[in-house]
Parts: sequence; C-alpha cells; structure tokens
Amino acid sequence: MYTVVIVNSFACLCLIFALLKDSKRTREALAVALRSFLRILPAIFTIVIFIGLLMGFVPRETISQVVGKEAGLMGMPIVASLGAVLHIPSLISFPLAASLLERGASVTSVAVFVTTLTMIGIFTLPLEMRELGRKVALLRNGMSFIAAILIGILMGLIL
Amino acid sequence: MRGDILLLVGTLLLLMVLLSLFPARRWVVMVSSWNFFLKMILILPAVMILMGLFSIFVERETVVKYLGRGAGMKGVFLALLFGALPTGPLYIAFPIAASLLRKGARISAIIAFLSAWACIKVPQEIVELQFLGPHFMALRLALTVIFAVLMGLTIERILDQRRL
Repeated sequence: MYTVVIVNSFACLCLIFALLKDSKRTREALAVALRSFLRILPAIFTIVIFIGLLMGFVPRETISQVVGKEAGLMGMPIVASLGAVLHIPSLISFPLAASLLERGASVTSVAVFVTTLTMIGIFTLPLEMRELGRKVALLRNGMSFIAAILIGILMGLIL
Repeated sequence: MRGDILLLVGTLLLLMVLLSLFPARRWVVMVSSWNFFLKMILILPAVMILMGLFSIFVERETVVKYLGRGAGMKGVFLALLFGALPTGPLYIAFPIAASLLRKGARISAIIAFLSAWACIKVPQEIVELQFLGPHFMALRLALTVIFAVLMGLTIERILDQRRL
C-alpha cells in the first residue's frame, strides 16, 4: 500500500513541476502516457485472467515441480531460455512472477525468468547486431544469460 | 496491438469455457484476477505518466552529450543512471548506443547503458516493488547493477584483446 501512495505522489509532483516548466510539452507527455496506457491495457487484462486461471486450475504441486525447489538445477536453464525467448512486456511479467511465487515457485526461478526476460531479446537481436556489431551483441546477450542465472542463484541463497 | 487483442479474446473464451465446466472454481479465479488487477491499476496510470514525462522532457541529445563525456568508472555509473530513466523500449536504445560507440565512448559504459535500459528502468522497478516486495526488488536491483558493471568490463577486455 505504501508503494501506491509513494508512486502516485511522486508522479503528481513530477506532473506539477512539468506543468510549471512547460505546459505545452507536458500536454504532449500526457498524450504519450495515455497512448501507452491504452496500448498495454489488453495485455494487462490477458495476464490478469491468465493469473486467475493459474490460481484456480493449476495445482501447487505442478508449479513446484516445474519452477519450484523440486525442479532442481535442470529447471534453471529451461526457465532462463523461456525468459529469453518469450516476448512478454516486462511490466506485466511482475504480476505473473508474483502469482507463480505465491503458488510454490522458487525465488531463484522467478528471478532468473524476470531477468532473462528483460535483459535478453531474441526478437531484437538482429537489430542489435546491425547497430552495434555481431560481436558486441552476441557477447552481451550470452553473458546476460549467465548473469541472470547467477543473479537467480544468489537471490535464492539470500532470500 | 491487434495481436494483443486477439490474445485477450482467446483468453476470455478459455476463461468462459473453463468456468462453465467447473463452476466450483469460479470464486477462486475471479477473486485472484480481481486482486491482481486492482494492484496493477492502482499504480499503472502513475507509471505511464512518469514514462510520458521523461520521454518528452529528456532529450536524446542530452543523453549522448553526457555519456560521451564521462571517463572511467564515472562514465559507467552515468551510463547506468541514464539507462534507468523511464524512456521507452530497448530497440530505441540501440541507435543511441551506436552513436555513442562512434563518438568514442567506452564499451563498458555502453554495455552498462544497455543493461540498465533493458533491466533497471524506473517503471519496471516500481511494478516489481508493488508485486514482489521491497526485499526482492532491492536485492535484484543491487545484483543487476553489479553484474551489469562486471559484464561491461569483461566484454571490453575481451574486445580489446582481440584488437591487439
């Protein structure tokens, strides 16, 4: 609940500050905000329904076997690859991660999934290679994959 | 956008079929969906407004100007900071990174910039805080910063060795 209050007050403050500075560009910014809001709305509804179904129909044991403690070390590369290949907007990956965690997924799997999802882009890899060169792009994505797994393991150990 | 709507329609159909086949599960499914929706809608407008403001007020030229300048570790940390500003998807960052590369910025700073842009953006951190809690969010943020810097330095070293 604190998060809600802090984030909304911060956004209000920034908005007031922006309005005082330049009202024309603030209106532009609000138009951008509204457009991105409407664009992400269908995905939000989809993920919310998906989470409902997950909570209602997938047994805790199944989730625990696939992405939980019972999945063991073999589960991790699979979760990491899923995160790298899937094209889920990062903003809606967090509610999904939270629901999996609630239903018995391990901190490690969830952290690995969220990290590869954001850091690695298979879809954007061709663009990245064109702009930055093949070597830099492949090194960055490859090392991000390893980093994500290490981050997940460390988080599982600490939390 | 059209794909998203099709996916939504498909999920809705699946929901209706499953709930009519298993009426006993209706309550659990609807309550969980509603709770997650509520949690999201309470912060989403604020997150979008922040993204909109930053994308209009922070100009691309400013980012390039500052990042081209910082040398050494200062450059790397500036890159992390600028990457984290809430200003749009990853594919926008590639051309910016490319122009930084041409202007002679260090590879380590560019890798840190891209990692931050992909993975420690302010809107993402807000949503992560809301859903996964302060411990999860803060720990993942700290580890990501450490690994982004290490990755930048390692990749820089690998590329330098090839050049020699």
